[in-house]
Amino acid sequence: MEKTWNNKAWFMVLPVLVLVAFSAVIPLMTVVNYSVQDTFGNNEFFWAGTDWYVDVLTSDRFWDALTRNLIFSAIILAIEIPLGIIIALNMPKKGLGVPVCLVLMALPLLIPWNVVGTIWQVFGRVDIGLLGRTLEALGINYNYVQNPIDAWVTLIVMDVWHWTSLVVLLCYAGLVSIPDAYYQAAKIDGASRWSVFRYIQLPKMKRVLLIAFLLRFMDSFMIYTEPFVVTGGGPGNSTTFLSIDLVKMAIGQFDLGPAAALSIIYFLIILLLSWIFYTVMTTSDAQS
Amino acid sequence: MNFSWMAWTLPTALFFITIALLLVSMAVWEYVSPGGNPRVGILRFETTRGDRLFVSLLGSAFIHLAWLGLGGPNLWWALALSVVYAVGVFRYV
Repeated sequence: MEKTWNNKAWFMVLPVLVLVAFSAVIPLMTVVNYSVQDTFGNNEFFWAGTDWYVDVLTSDRFWDALTRNLIFSAIILAIEIPLGIIIALNMPKKGLGVPVCLVLMALPLLIPWNVVGTIWQVFGRVDIGLLGRTLEALGINYNYVQNPIDAWVTLIVMDVWHWTSLVVLLCYAGLVSIPDAYYQAAKIDGASRWSVFRYIQLPKMKRVLLIAFLLRFMDSFMIYTEPFVVTGGGPGNSTTFLSIDLVKMAIGQFDLGPAAALSIIYFLIILLLSWIFYTVMTTSDAQS
Repeated sequence: MNFSWMAWTLPTALFFITIALLLVSMAVWEYVSPGGNPRVGILRFETTRGDRLFVSLLGSAFIHLAWLGLGGPNLWWALALSVVYAVGVFRYV
């Protein structure tokens, strides 16, 4: 390959480098520094070495929160991806229904996370919430404040309500980009509905589905605001995900050393998963 | 300028200086031999030498974490294992 003949381009990226340094690199360095020390405030620090890392890695609290995170993400993906595909397949392709459906689908995405949490927190309450009171009237014993399963169901339904639209919109974008000629050819060959989906629509949606999968996994793995507003991590610790645990540790208990160690471990897990997904995505692109 | 709020220590400063030196070395390597030396290794996808450094550093971080979780606080063996791993990544990935 030829040598770069114009190095002026490097100066163009300097502002971005400075911005990233201030917003990411310097805070990350500070967190690393905190993770090997102990502090009681007043800008005084005591060397702790790798003790906080050992504490975090050998604690049930960390592994339980990580397991909850992974289970939550797996359930979210198992529901939102197929549901998003089904809804996108059944959305109108032309006429007045298109803008109506698109606006309806986009609405949940426009609501801020904390507002979504507040809506569902009130909606699910047994004393004043529509969902809670309806379920009670139907004889279903539902109370997300006291029952861990109810809390999980509430969080999953809330996330599905909030984010399935994103999968729908991405799949719909993939579907409308398929030329009519493909469907006409399939009709001439007498292809069944399933064959059209399996051999035309699904391959054409592959790239957008991968993006949807990535976005939903990363979002659900780093979820904080909604469960914090609805359940606060409870009942007990049943909905305490890593992010909630981290905030409890850092702000609630003022254990900045262990919280910094947990932050670094959490960051490394997210970095690893992001790299795996990015590699899968770019390799898949290169093959196609 | 006062950086005491960043709570610097000698070991963490040495760690970040090492990372910075690695990045500078990669830049010099790229200047001397441009193009990133892309190739398809045992992982069956194309990597440049920058990718290989990233995989080495990320893998080394997890080797150290695994050592801390399973073995204890003495990290010299983890460091040796990471160097072997990084050499392997640069040779075969």
